[in-house]
This record gives sequence, structure tokens and C-alpha cells, in this order.
Amino acid sequence: MTILLITVPVSILLGGIGLAAFMWSLRSGQYRDLDGDAARILFSNEDAPPGDRKD
Amino acid sequence: MTALDADPRDVRPAPPDRTGEREAGRPEGPAVAPARPQGLSRFVRDAEGGRKRLDLLAPSIHCANCLRAIERGLPKTPGLISARVNLSLRRVAAEFDPEVLDADGIVAALGDLGFAARPFDRDAMRDLERDADGRDLLARMAVAGFAMMNVMLLSVSVWSGAQDATRDLLHWVSALIALPAAAFAGVPFFRSALSALKAGRVNMDVPISLAIVLAGGASLYETSVSGQHAYFDAAVTLCFFLLIGRYLDHRTRRTARVAAAELGSLQAHSATLVAADGSRRAVAVEDLRPGDRLEIAAGERAPADGRVLTGRSDLDRSMITGESAPEPAAPGAEIHAGVLNLSGPLQIEVVAAGDDTVLAGIARMIEAAEAAKSSYADWAARAAKLYVPVVHTAALATLVAWLMAGAGLRDSIMTAVAVLIITCPCALGLAVPAVHAAASGRLFRLGVFLKDGSALERLATADAVVFDKTGTLTTGEPALIDAPEDPDAWSAAYALARASRHPWSRALAAAAEARGVEAAPAQDLTEVPGCGVEARLDEGTVRLGRADWCGAGDGQGDERRGGSAVWLRLGQAAPAAFRFEDPLKPDAAATVAALQARGLAASLISGDAPEPVASAAAEAGIVDVAARAAPADKVARLEALAAQGKKVLMVGDGINDAPALAAAAVSISPASAADVSRASAGMVLAGTHLAPLVTAVDVARAARSRAMENFAMAAAYNLVCVPLAAFGFVTPLAAALAMSGSSIVVTLNALRLRRAGKALP
Repeated sequence: MTILLITVPVSILLGGIGLAAFMWSLRSGQYRDLDGDAARILFSNEDAPPGDRKD
Repeated sequence: MTALDADPRDVRPAPPDRTGEREAGRPEGPAVAPARPQGLSRFVRDAEGGRKRLDLLAPSIHCANCLRAIERGLPKTPGLISARVNLSLRRVAAEFDPEVLDADGIVAALGDLGFAARPFDRDAMRDLERDADGRDLLARMAVAGFAMMNVMLLSVSVWSGAQDATRDLLHWVSALIALPAAAFAGVPFFRSALSALKAGRVNMDVPISLAIVLAGGASLYETSVSGQHAYFDAAVTLCFFLLIGRYLDHRTRRTARVAAAELGSLQAHSATLVAADGSRRAVAVEDLRPGDRLEIAAGERAPADGRVLTGRSDLDRSMITGESAPEPAAPGAEIHAGVLNLSGPLQIEVVAAGDDTVLAGIARMIEAAEAAKSSYADWAARAAKLYVPVVHTAALATLVAWLMAGAGLRDSIMTAVAVLIITCPCALGLAVPAVHAAASGRLFRLGVFLKDGSALERLATADAVVFDKTGTLTTGEPALIDAPEDPDAWSAAYALARASRHPWSRALAAAAEARGVEAAPAQDLTEVPGCGVEARLDEGTVRLGRADWCGAGDGQGDERRGGSAVWLRLGQAAPAAFRFEDPLKPDAAATVAALQARGLAASLISGDAPEPVASAAAEAGIVDVAARAAPADKVARLEALAAQGKKVLMVGDGINDAPALAAAAVSISPASAADVSRASAGMVLAGTHLAPLVTAVDVARAARSRAMENFAMAAAYNLVCVPLAAFGFVTPLAAALAMSGSSIVVTLNALRLRRAGKALP
């Protein structure tokens, strides 16, 4: 069971990275227009990077 | 749970925020203010690199194709650099080159694409945009979710048979993650529970907080004595699921609040002050003082009560009194805040401002009506009231029973804690917010903006509906119903009518265009405000206007609905009448019939004259009618209905309806309504149709059934689980399964609402 000493920290670390990524995406306003983003994914690649996402 | 200690009133939209405007307009104190930019350009803001930016509200955006049409089509306009659509909020942000394009050009270009758009004041909405509360909830939800997944991973290892030192290690690691996470994620519940307890009340957050704290604390103790069962996963899972409910609830309110604030921000809150030297400047409405001289251009609303000094015009008082016929105004005439100036510029002297205006009187009536209204306990509050004592009694009874049966203190406490955890209203906490979120999403797509969940709940039980007439049942715009057949009369009338901005002239010109009439070659066109239009033709002088001005008597007896006729006098011939009425909205009769079929008794209360009210009521199929009702009469009639035990849905748009909207159990006002009316109403109807009203009632009733089903499921779940927990059969694994399972079932049930309420054919 000594493998737990490695796997447990690793799983927490990975989870922590995910959490940090979510916090970043939250702060950079990526959840402001979920309906629009859901629609945009259907269009071909001509979507310009968002120009109005600063606060 | 969520809405328990929130006063339903504090979710009404804040009064339009004018501080931004004032700061922008008056950088160096009240004496200096730049002239108001013309037209739409006051909405334009600076962007990077010398560009300008305009934020527009386009209510007709509703799908991916609209988004694509605008984002691809709009940049083809010369001078337009980029356009980005926010589909959730139905907005367009356009960046443009001010050298080439202006705000009106962008609105026109969007119009060409088929989207009616209006700019709005983004500064006034900045606080709402930022949505600090929503982000706080999301962050807590993310932490809870992260902790939940990790702790669950460790718990599964324990459940699958970890023993002794390994189990203790896993428990300790779980504690390390779960305790700080629960402490952070549980803050919204702890805060609400504490404030409820301080006020001597109990809400759903009390058992929630207790369960989180006890699950954490008891598990920590168990771990420290190498116990077998720990509920760390339950503590964070609870937080996670309940935060989902809390966030849904928050989003429901916010969407509606933003929508309502947007409507408010469309209106200008400034007045044009005429200084002693004749110069004009813009001032905020709040800063007007009696004696100030104001200019009101044709098409503007009066910002304060006053007396006309110079100018002649026609006034549309329908917002204040409900009267549909415009009336002429000459120097000396009284004018009230909110009255629309139709045909010519007026200068007025302010006689009352701020608290002394008719508008402020109405505001006081609204406050009185709201204070008199009995406080409403929403579904969740009622459920909490029943639920909380039962849960706490069950846990306490378990503890006492186990102690009396001779079990040790530790076992007894752990069993009681298991009861608390298993009954913790996870499903109950989601039951109502999930329903509200699904229903308000459905209503939003129908064009009904819900200001708070309790409006939805009250709409579900409404059994009477009261309509206002002008602008609510009727379009509020005149339509021609009777006209002479003589082609010469038509062509002369067309030539004169198109020179005027009076609503009847515009209706007449539109009717003439529809008939394909050629305008007569009129010369010397002059508009005589308050009277009509005059011109010279081959046949002699032509006049189009009031009856007495055209030599057709005093016009009495013409008081049809909408009140009114315009007379045409062609040379020496006898005057001929073009009669107008304020027509019903096309779906008014169908809406009334559908509401009556749903068991809502309909009545019509209007401030207009009896004849037009009676004919509108007859056409709409309403029997119970009251005319010439002052705002106080409307409130009195609503109170009389409430005294009969009716739950009244009020539909109105005028300023005179606002107190009644506030007094009614639930109220809806169209988007075109006056500011104070929209603020008083619990729901706002986008667009001009009434039919969404019927669907809204259907959705509200479906929401009520879903919520009741959810409560029933939560109750059934508890009936099964509480005895099991009380007898000590519930392990942490069983608790985790039961909790997640019931939450998912409740959410799925709420999602069925997305298809509720078929639109009227």
C-alpha cells in the first residue's frame, strides 16, 4: 500500500491543476455568454478572438 | 433555503443608476455641463486605437443563425470594424471608426439585417455586469467540486476494503481536503443560517449548516480514534449540490434583473434647461428646481410638472391618465411629468420637481401598496417550515432512543449524525431553484422576463386577471377606421398628413400609402400646433386638423374608441372626417379567451372615457369593466378583489397603473411601459404581443406541479431513508448514493419544464 504515498499526492495535484484552470477561466470571463459559445462551436473556423472580453 | 431571508422586494431592479451619467455630464460641479450630444451618439464610448464602441440591445436575437448573420453581415458596413454578439443577453457590441460611421448608421445597418436594435447606457449597468456574487458562488462551487472528487476517490478506496492504518491514512488525507473545502464552500449557508437564527427564525440553511458542521466534526473525531466510518465525502458533496441550487437561483434573478435594467437604461434621464441668456444645457432630472425653464422637443416626455410658457402642441397623457386621445396644449396649460409632447416644441416653467410631482405622488402610492401587501412565503420557505422541525426531532429522537437502549454515547451520536446527513435537504435545496431556473429560462425564450421566483409561484395560483386598456389591450397607436371615399380628399389629406409628426397624421399617411394614393401638389405647408396642418392647393386653402378649426362644430359626438376624428376641409366644400380608433392588439381577444378558459376571471380597469373602454372590452370579450379610474381607484378595486379571496394578475403599462401593479398579487407590464410601471411589476413582457401571457401562466402552473413533485420525491426519499438511518443501517456509502441519486432525480424532473407551455396557435 506504499504506492498510496505517491498516487494520493498525484491525484490531489492533478485535481488542483484543474481547479486552478477553472478559476482562471472564471476570472477571464469565459462564462459570460454560454449560449453564444455553444452556438459558435457550430460555425467553421472564421471566429475571431473575442475583442470585448476585458472588464 | 435560498430565498428565505431575502425580501422579495430587494430583487426588483434598482432604480436606473444615474450617477454615471451625472459624473460624465458634470465633471466640474453643477454649473458646467457640456451640451447633450445629439441623438444616439451619447451612447457611444471610446475604445482602443481611436475607435468608438457602441453597445446595442437587439431583443430579436434568439439563435445561432441570428448570431452568425450579425457577426458576418454587420462588418460589411463601411467603417465598422468588428461586431460581437452576446447571445445570452441579446446584445451586440460594435466597434467602429467614428470618421466613417456613426451610431445611427449602425442601428440602421442592423435594421437592414432584420434586427431592431437600440443602444443602451452601459455605465448604468456596470454593477450588474460584474456579477461579483455569481462569481463568488461559482468559485465556491468549483472548490467544493474539486474536494468532492478527490475525497470521493479516497472514500471509494475505504469502502472497497481498506483496513487499519491504510484506512486511517486515507481518512486523514480526506480530512485535510474536506475540512478546509467545506469551511470555504459552506460560507453562504453558514451566513444565511446565522442571520436567520439571530432573527429568531429557522430556515433551510440551518439543517444544512448543521449537517455540514456535524459531518465534518464527527468524522474528524472518528478518524482521531481510528473509527470505521467517516462522512467527509458527505460534507463536501452536500456543499457542491446545494451550491449548484444556489447558483441556479442567483442566475435566474440576475438574468431578469439585467433584462429589466436594460429596459430602464434605454431612457434618458436628463432634461434640456434653457438659461436666462437663451443657451441650452442638459441637466439631470433630479436637479430640476421649480422656476427652471425647460425645453421639450416634439417626441419627448416632460421631465417634471410644469406650465407651458411658449409654443403650441398636442399632448399625449395616456401614460398618466390612460386617456387615448391627444389633447392640444397652449401657453398656460398644465403639463405633468411623463406626458408625451407630440407635435411642436414647448418651453415650460417647472412648477414642481422631485417629491412634489404627480409622479412622486404615484411613487408614494406604490410604496403604500407594497407595504399593505401581505408578505408572501414562497414554496421553499413553506417547505422549510414543515421540514426543519421534523428533521431535528428525528435526529434528537434517534440520539435519545439509542442512549436509552444502552448504546454508547459515541455510537448514539454517530447514528444521530447519520440521520441528519441523510435527511439533509440536498434534493429539497435543489427542488425549487432547479424548477425556477428551468421555468425562467423557458419564459425568457418566450419573451417574459421574470424578476424573481416568487412572481412565478404567484402566477401559478392567480385566478383573476385585470387589464389596463391603452397600450396594454390596445396598441396605443391610432388606426384609421372610417374615411371619405373621395380620391381628391385622400390625396389632399395625404399631402398634408405626411408633413406632420402627430400620431393621427402618421396613421393617415400610412393608410394613404397603403391605398396607393398620390399626394396632391400642396404648397405653403404649415403645421399649426394644437390645431392641424394647412396648405394651399388649386382648389383653395386646405386644412387637416381639429373639428372646430376645420369648421365642423366642436367635434362632440365623435368620441369613439381612441376618441377621435381628424377633419379635412378642402376649399369651400363641407368638412369630411377621418376617424381613428386605438385598435386592440391582434391577439388581445384570443389571450383574454385563453386566460378565461384557464379559470382566470378577466376585468378591464381604465382611466379612459367610458365609451372607448366599453367598446374595447366588448371586442376583447371582457364583461367586468370600469372606466375613468384614477390610480387610487384601480388600487381600491384590486383590494376589493383580494378581499374576495382572489389572487389577481394585473397587466398594465401606464404610470397610472403602477400603484395597481404593486398592489396586485402578481403583475406583468409590457416592455413599452413607463419606467415606474416596469419597476412595480413582477414580470416584464418583451415585444408587443399578449399571447406569451397565456404561455407564462401555463409554464407557471407546470413549474408548480414540478416543484410539488420534487417535494413529494424528497419526502418519499426521507420516509425510506430516515428509518434506515435511525436504526443504524446507513453507511457513508449508502448516504452518498442516496444523496446524489435524489439530487439528480429532482434536477431531471425540473428540466422537463424546458418544453412546458406550448405557444398559442
